[in-house]
Amino acid sequence: MTEVWITIGVLSVVTIAIKAAGPLAVGGRELSPPAMRVISLLAPAVLAALIVVGTFADGRELAFDARVVGLAAGACAIALRAPLLVIVLVAAASAAGARALGAA
Amino acid sequence: MSGSRLAPGLRAGFPIAAAGLLIGLSFGVLARPVMGPVAPIVMSAILFAGSAQFGSLAVLAAGGGAVPAIVAGVLLNARFLPLGIAFAPSLRGSPLRRAAEGQAVVDASWALANQGDGRFDRDMLLGATIPQYVSWVGGTAIGVAIGDALGDPRDLGLDALFPAFFLALLLPELRSRRFVTVAAAAAALAFVLIPLTPPGIPVLAGCLVALVGLRSA
Repeated sequence: MTEVWITIGVLSVVTIAIKAAGPLAVGGRELSPPAMRVISLLAPAVLAALIVVGTFADGRELAFDARVVGLAAGACAIALRAPLLVIVLVAAASAAGARALGAA
Repeated sequence: MSGSRLAPGLRAGFPIAAAGLLIGLSFGVLARPVMGPVAPIVMSAILFAGSAQFGSLAVLAAGGGAVPAIVAGVLLNARFLPLGIAFAPSLRGSPLRRAAEGQAVVDASWALANQGDGRFDRDMLLGATIPQYVSWVGGTAIGVAIGDALGDPRDLGLDALFPAFFLALLLPELRSRRFVTVAAAAAALAFVLIPLTPPGIPVLAGCLVALVGLRSA
């Protein structure tokens, strides 16, 4: 049990420091045009990586399971211009359905 | 700061908060047997970072111990360094206030507040984070309380929810060929690194692809 509280305490302090570092270092200042270009490209980069990891990662292994079905169904909902909440519910329901039918 | 300035962010954050409630709930369900009834709620309230909480929980559940659990969580949260640097020029006020407002950076709010030219809507980010925080902590508490009645969160497809959400945020970002190229490269790099590196590194490496912006298009 002690290791649970040590984990929570240390991880929280480090995370607060990570989140504070950027605003403390460059807050309120204008950045150079190259830096602004990097920042504008950060959103597609981090979102694409989060999608891939959230869909295919099972710890340190690649997995092709019901989450792929969920993502595909979510993509269809996006193409049909569904609202955000509908998109995520379609994705979850499709993955749940695929698992009910025997997918991993 | 007036409430009305945060209103658009609160509205935008609401559907994400509904999704976050379900994910927080699944965290509570999975964490209770490993951490007991109190620690999961404290963790959600102080740490407020889904991927790091799931990642460190997985290590603790496997008997990995505190140090590997902390390392896993820190790697998963390391992306908040570049995200925070990106958000920083949009913040005003004293260093303490900027550091405090930087705590509100979470993936979904950051993406919603991103105006696409390297600038961020601070009010949108803070407003969108508030309902997500409430539902994350509340969902964790509900999951701890009624987890036994729910069974496996995976059966509800909750693990498929965030990839679809991030896809919905990504598509409007793809305004030019350069954005498409960067997204595809980050996705491919993350995919290749999943079996080769500890969790957290694939997303961090994906962030580095944005450095191609140092060259003008």
